[in-house]
Amino acid sequence: MNSKTAFYILKRILLAILTVWIVITVTFFVMHAVPGGPFLSEKAISASAQAALEAKYGLDKPLLVQYGTYLKDIVTKFDFGPSLKQRGRMVIDIIADGMKTSVKLGVIAAAIAGVFGIVLGAVAALRRNKLIDKIIMVITTAFVSMPSFIMGSLLLVLFAITLGILPANGAARGGLVLPIITLSLYPMAYITRLTRSSMLDVLGQDYIRTARAKGVSSMKIIFGHALKNSLIPVITYFGPMLAYIVTGSLVVEKIFAVPGIGRAFVKSITDRDYPMVMGTTIVLAVLIVVMNLVSDILYKIVDPRINLE
Amino acid sequence: MKDFKDIRKAFSMHVDLDDFIPATDEEKAYMVQMRPSSTFFRDGVKRLLKNKVATVSLIIIIIITLSSLLIPLFWPYGFGEQLGIQPGKPVDSSYGNLKPFEYGKTEQERIAAGEKVFPHIFGTDERGRDYFIRVVYGTRISLAVGFFASIIVLIIGMTIGSVAGYCGGAVDLVIMRIVDIIYSLPDMLMVILLASVLKKTLGSALEGTALEKIGTNIISLFIVFGVLYWVSMSRLIRGQILSLREQEYVLASRAAGAKGSWIIRKHLLPNSISVVIISTALQIPNAIFTESFLSFLGLGVNAPMPSLGSLASDALNGLSSYPYRMIIPAVVISLIVLSLNLFGDGLRDAFDPKLRN
Repeated sequence: MNSKTAFYILKRILLAILTVWIVITVTFFVMHAVPGGPFLSEKAISASAQAALEAKYGLDKPLLVQYGTYLKDIVTKFDFGPSLKQRGRMVIDIIADGMKTSVKLGVIAAAIAGVFGIVLGAVAALRRNKLIDKIIMVITTAFVSMPSFIMGSLLLVLFAITLGILPANGAARGGLVLPIITLSLYPMAYITRLTRSSMLDVLGQDYIRTARAKGVSSMKIIFGHALKNSLIPVITYFGPMLAYIVTGSLVVEKIFAVPGIGRAFVKSITDRDYPMVMGTTIVLAVLIVVMNLVSDILYKIVDPRINLE
Repeated sequence: MKDFKDIRKAFSMHVDLDDFIPATDEEKAYMVQMRPSSTFFRDGVKRLLKNKVATVSLIIIIIITLSSLLIPLFWPYGFGEQLGIQPGKPVDSSYGNLKPFEYGKTEQERIAAGEKVFPHIFGTDERGRDYFIRVVYGTRISLAVGFFASIIVLIIGMTIGSVAGYCGGAVDLVIMRIVDIIYSLPDMLMVILLASVLKKTLGSALEGTALEKIGTNIISLFIVFGVLYWVSMSRLIRGQILSLREQEYVLASRAAGAKGSWIIRKHLLPNSISVVIISTALQIPNAIFTESFLSFLGLGVNAPMPSLGSLASDALNGLSSYPYRMIIPAVVISLIVLSLNLFGDGLRDAFDPKLRN
């Protein structure tokens, strides 16, 4: 790793920290710009009770002081304050609870997407313009342009209601199968297309022709040269894939009633549970930013030829 | 002997005067270029129409758009009209959750009396609203949101991008850093956050204005798009301006004495406009997708107005009994997004062959 790469990595880390800080700041001020504040609910409460509640949650202090405390609590203690609607629970505990299910969901979906995407992409590239290539391309085109909530609903109708072979409820036994499939189809289709085009690109390179001319077996060419090099662009998709899985899980967890972070987030929005909305937004944003950072740095290290600027 | 004479003639300096007779009109017409020279635009359209996938997609888009505009004109039911509720009469619950081509109680009486009743092609929803017209209106709203959101993105992105490209220097640097930061924000999370907050904040601000009719949610959607999605467009336009300015044909044109306005009109505009149009076209399905996503999460259009996303979201509740209510908007939205994407790709291939891979 030369100094230029190190400088690049440093710069990306600083940008990531800046991004996280901006997310926290925007989230905080946007949430506090809502008229009426969080306690203005349908039920009228007395002025003294309102004041007592605001004092308890520190809402009577000047906005900047509140902001300072909020930022400090996050950085030092990962503390996002108490939830307003789920009495007596801290936001971070609710998030940690939901994460257990959601991480499992997301990691399995990403793994399936990666493995199947790369295999299908390689097959399509090696059988270019044959029937199997065309079938793969048609199917992936359909998957790429289908919003996740539609994919999820259609799978639910097909497998849980019409055929009745898989449970529709995400909390039931085997209930995560349909959510995982739903979440993995779009990234899988995307990775397939990415692998196919980069594999075709690599197969046209001079060093592949040289290897062929030397008499290297085609198996060795595919696995030793072509596949390895054509996977480099796929690395860049890791970050966006995680972003997709995070936002997709909001929808998928709603459809299949999975007790995960996505459903908690959507519920907190409709409940106007502001600390919960803020906390979840920030945690998910950090996750996405970090993943983008990792995939960018990996990309740079794996292929130093690439100038990312 | 004869051959010898011919050779002598060939070597002689005599000129055949016949060769110098002015050409007749017939001969002149023969020399005229057979085909009128094609313009850039006409060339592109020709290439586009040759692309079967893009043409079919365009036809599908036109059919969907026209029917979403025209069908409400003659359809006897409104999108918010609850058929079971007649003024001065108790609520007729027989109109709720009708299956396709079924009729409510009073309608059956009218049919029995020999009257003709317009069928409910897709049945009704749980409040007794004709589902077909709701899908049509939902399509109309989704298309409109997609279109106007893309226009907003185009205007903001084009302005900021061209300012950055023309000014260069410090202005460019500052704008591009802002673009970098907005680009690295997790967009969907920010969209959800802004949409959920603006929905509440805007309500009081818009009261009494013309914008109120559109609904706070759609306005906040437009604001979100205006704030977040201009970055890629402005990056694109800045890059176009920067690279086009340095092109050799611009230099050649300048060397040949062309003025600035000529260069802009003949070189810069035609070369960058195609990129702008293509990315705007590809932005529309994106916006439709985002709108339906937000509607699905309950952050989209205001009730009772339908959008394809909110229709799908509502259908989740009765999914086991009425799966078609989910499938219909799902198919429409997939069809719209798919054909817009394919058409955008075709547009790119036809008008910007440089981008083709």
